[in-house]
Amino acid sequence: MEHGSLTDLSSSTFSLMDEDHTLANSVRFTLNQDPRVAFCGYSIPHPSDNKVNIRVQTTGDSAKDVLKDALQNLMVMFQHVRTTFDKAVADCKENRPSEHMNIDTP
Amino acid sequence: MPRVSALDMPDVPMGQLPEHLQLQRTRVVCKADAPIHTEAIQYSGAYASMGVDNSLRLESFCKNFKIEVIRLTEDEMEFDMIGIDASLANAFRRILIAEVPTMAIEKVLMVNNTSVIADEVLAHRLGLIPLNADPRLFEYLLENDSPNERNTIVYKLDVSCRKGGPRMTVKSDQLKWLPNGSELEMEPPNQSAKPKSYTSFSCSQDSMPEFSKKPLGMKHEDIIIAKLGPGQAIELEAHAVKGIGKVHAKWSPVSTAWYRMLPEVVLLKDIKGDDAEKLVKKCPVNVFDIEDLGNGEKKATVSKPRACTLCRECIRGVNEELVELRRVKDHFIFTIESAGALPPEVLFTEAVKILEDKCDRVISELS
Ligand code: SF4
Repeated sequence: MEHGSLTDLSSSTFSLMDEDHTLANSVRFTLNQDPRVAFCGYSIPHPSDNKVNIRVQTTGDSAKDVLKDALQNLMVMFQHVRTTFDKAVADCKENRPSEHMNIDTP
Repeated sequence: MPRVSALDMPDVPMGQLPEHLQLQRTRVVCKADAPIHTEAIQYSGAYASMGVDNSLRLESFCKNFKIEVIRLTEDEMEFDMIGIDASLANAFRRILIAEVPTMAIEKVLMVNNTSVIADEVLAHRLGLIPLNADPRLFEYLLENDSPNERNTIVYKLDVSCRKGGPRMTVKSDQLKWLPNGSELEMEPPNQSAKPKSYTSFSCSQDSMPEFSKKPLGMKHEDIIIAKLGPGQAIELEAHAVKGIGKVHAKWSPVSTAWYRMLPEVVLLKDIKGDDAEKLVKKCPVNVFDIEDLGNGEKKATVSKPRACTLCRECIRGVNEELVELRRVKDHFIFTIESAGALPPEVLFTEAVKILEDKCDRVISELS
């Protein structure tokens, strides 16, 4: 859900249901690093609601697009983390097979 | 770092950060009373006036990001994650603890329990037993679903202690997997109706290829469930379903998952002779060592900074600061202890996938 004005698309608050610090803090990180962002932050209005509000104010671009890009960046980063991790684990298994013999056998 | 007036600061070429700012950006400094520079400097324009671009470059992230596996065993792993922000490292940790699904006993049908342990306590204990079942092969049991072979595992416990015999201990290996589903029958709604069991399995689980080779047993055979005195008995059926740690900790796939930032111990001055000996003695985990300079001279060195627990013993009650304790902000020593359902390296991969799905979900909601 998005709250913003129809005339000014550059600042909006996005309300994400069923999310918490896990995602909100991560997007805040990528949003903050985006030069198009003038301000961003998130809040959890009440601890017993499963909801976070993410505020994005940009220098002109549409806040929605900027948020989408931030999420897209995050996904690229996660994919890279996964491939790097898999490679590191495979390397480790190759070099030191004796330490974890039964790891994959059922 | 000593205080220097801004006017005396050395000139730095445009596009580079002066040393003290670089330190602030990349290190947490642990002073005797409290750490400083703990915040992550995330804002893209934080150093704009110095011509330094602090914005996110995916290429440079990909270039600098590194993972080194330190230790990997069947249910524990330690690895270094280098070049990532704390917000992301913390997201991985949170997902590992609370949102990677596993199977755990959720419903217990008590037939008989004459042991001293109360029904609800026994049910709770059963819930916490780690099951040797791969949660990826199962579906969630949704509210209106009937329990079937794709979303439920059924176990049976039927033990009794002989009258006049010694007391006995009930361990987790006495829980028997029922691949055909529940053996108990629901009370029929009316006399003529055919009695139905509590689950509706369409086929036996051990005829399914993914389970026929690997029975859905317990991860550990020797977990104590209850103790029975002579003449006492327990008979029950336990239904395990898929869930996540956010709902109940029994579904958490890890005993725990944590990270710490890499410690960096810096000697601000050369420490020689007796002072060096004293410093080495102060540290309980032997971070420091003594280097022999020849002709009887000794000098303190930092030999094992990674072992530092940040107890701050070495900077306690000293007049003159000799040692500075720092933490590297983007170097995490990550440890995952699996509870048993999945090996730790799979858990981490699953956690990252869950985060990706979250992003994906929000992106599609936005468009
Ligand atoms: S903080 Fe504690 S563990 Fe770390 S170097 Fe000092 S005395 Fe050793």
